[in-house]
Amino acid sequence: MTTETSAPPIGVLAKPAQPIKSELFVSRTRAAMLFLVPMIVALAVVAGWPLYRTIYYSFTNASLSDLAAAQFVGFKNYFSWITLKSGRTIYSGVLADPQWWNAVWNTVRFAVVSVVLETVFGTVVALVLNAEFRGRGIVRAAILIPWAIPTIVSAKMWGWMLNDQFGIINDIFLHLHLIDHKIAWTASGDTAMIAVLVVDIWKTTPFMALLILAGLQMIPKDIYEATEIDGINPIKTFFYVTLPLVRPALMVAVIFRVLDALRIFDLIYVLTPNSAQTKTMSVISRENLIDFDKFAYGSAESTLLFLIIAGITILYIWLGRVNLAGGDN
Amino acid sequence: MLWTYTKKTAFYLLVLVIIVESVFPFYYAILTSFKSGTSLFQVNYWPTMISWDNYAAVFQNGSFPQNLLNSVVVATLTVALALLFAVTAAYALSRVRFRGRSLLLLTILSVSMFPQIAVLAGLFEVIRTFGLFNTIWGLIFSYTIFTLPFTVWVLTTFMRDLPIEIEEAAIVDGATPWVIITRVFMPLMWPALVTTGLLAFIAAWNEFLFALTFTSSNSTRTVPVAIALLSGASQFEIPWGTIMAASVIVTVPLVVLVLIFQRKIISGLTAGGVKG
Repeated sequence: MTTETSAPPIGVLAKPAQPIKSELFVSRTRAAMLFLVPMIVALAVVAGWPLYRTIYYSFTNASLSDLAAAQFVGFKNYFSWITLKSGRTIYSGVLADPQWWNAVWNTVRFAVVSVVLETVFGTVVALVLNAEFRGRGIVRAAILIPWAIPTIVSAKMWGWMLNDQFGIINDIFLHLHLIDHKIAWTASGDTAMIAVLVVDIWKTTPFMALLILAGLQMIPKDIYEATEIDGINPIKTFFYVTLPLVRPALMVAVIFRVLDALRIFDLIYVLTPNSAQTKTMSVISRENLIDFDKFAYGSAESTLLFLIIAGITILYIWLGRVNLAGGDN
Repeated sequence: MLWTYTKKTAFYLLVLVIIVESVFPFYYAILTSFKSGTSLFQVNYWPTMISWDNYAAVFQNGSFPQNLLNSVVVATLTVALALLFAVTAAYALSRVRFRGRSLLLLTILSVSMFPQIAVLAGLFEVIRTFGLFNTIWGLIFSYTIFTLPFTVWVLTTFMRDLPIEIEEAAIVDGATPWVIITRVFMPLMWPALVTTGLLAFIAAWNEFLFALTFTSSNSTRTVPVAIALLSGASQFEIPWGTIMAASVIVTVPLVVLVLIFQRKIISGLTAGGVKG
């Protein structure tokens, strides 16, 4: 990690010099265990057990109205096939479902484009905030506003701005002669994803900028003085000095955003409901779980999403050797 | 000389673009919320009228005041619960050495990366079993999944940096771990508690998926769900004025809070991000 915040060695207290464990040590450890119990129980009940049940239901034929009657059906929700007498084979299950693959494609497309653009814009904003100029406080306050606005509210606000009949975006674009007729941004299949991306980038770039800014501020100022003396132009300085040094902070910000983007739900549910071009894995899972009474099928879809996200996290930690545990040793 | 001026102008132009782009959508929502009647459907860039009709409509909408109250109660209790569990857990995780500590920390971190949808089915069952479906208690209970790991994580990093000497002094004076936490650490931890509390509050206030799934009647919904489901007299008529007024009502307190505590929030965000 970038900041090694290794605490003073706690062992001084916790590890007595003599091999026999002191009474103090034992009572401290016991108290610590006791203090951990509420948190562990809470997390087990709201996260561990529900996750296990979701995976369990994905192997059953459960329906929302009667969960108790669920019966084990193996991998049927994931993938199964029947060969008809005519010799034709019919495949079913999530892995053979074009709607699922469409949702996967939408999610990946959304995640890649939004994170790339947010990183670029976030870096620009962070560089601006890292410079010293009058009114810096105003910029920082201003960029916190999109971050503070609830996602549902931003979806509605932008939904109104992007409205086909009365929206201000169409009005601006018509005046600038960028378009010659009003566009139904959120309703039309060609532009729905663009609308979702615009709102997400608007809302999340500040978060990205703040994380990158924290990384930038840890770069010692004398490095820049040195490049200035050597007469290296600012663009070269950025690519050869700033970027490598800010990379650790950037990587953490990117992984956080990727994981967040892969599970996106609320923005799409509110901004472009019923648009097949924007339905993501989370949206389609919930639809099956709750709305279409295909509880088991929806569970299988959520389990797959969980596996994808877990896989990416593990891969990332392994590849990037990112020490997520911080200075814990 | 000319080059310096061009550079300066370009820079301030960029600054201006960032500010306008950040603030404009919210400004436009406020503008719209004060319009009424047919003027709602004329595009204006500057305020043309101030009418409180939409705000009146929001509060006459029946359940909106209740939704607002629900949101306040849910967010407040979620924060209180998360902080209570997190402070004690953070003490154990940061100050006491025991086997499996790193593994436990890693598990907590991975819980915060869970996609909410992955636990939706199981949590739905748990909430129904406990009889919490369609109550605000079900929401407070389920929100623990994202507030607790984050709070534990940030408080652990914070507590680890507190000097060891004060704790040693307290132990010499015969203080129990509970006394150490409440009397020695708590007073020192106010900044971290305020930061994590605020971030947890914002997360709970904004949450949508659980609130949408675990409540089913107007009187138990929180504000984000209420706004998402606001509909007009007919199915095809979207009450934009009312929606914008409701949006402004739920957003203004947050924006004010964030602007007052902006330094604390930024440090909290980066502690959760850069360090974690």
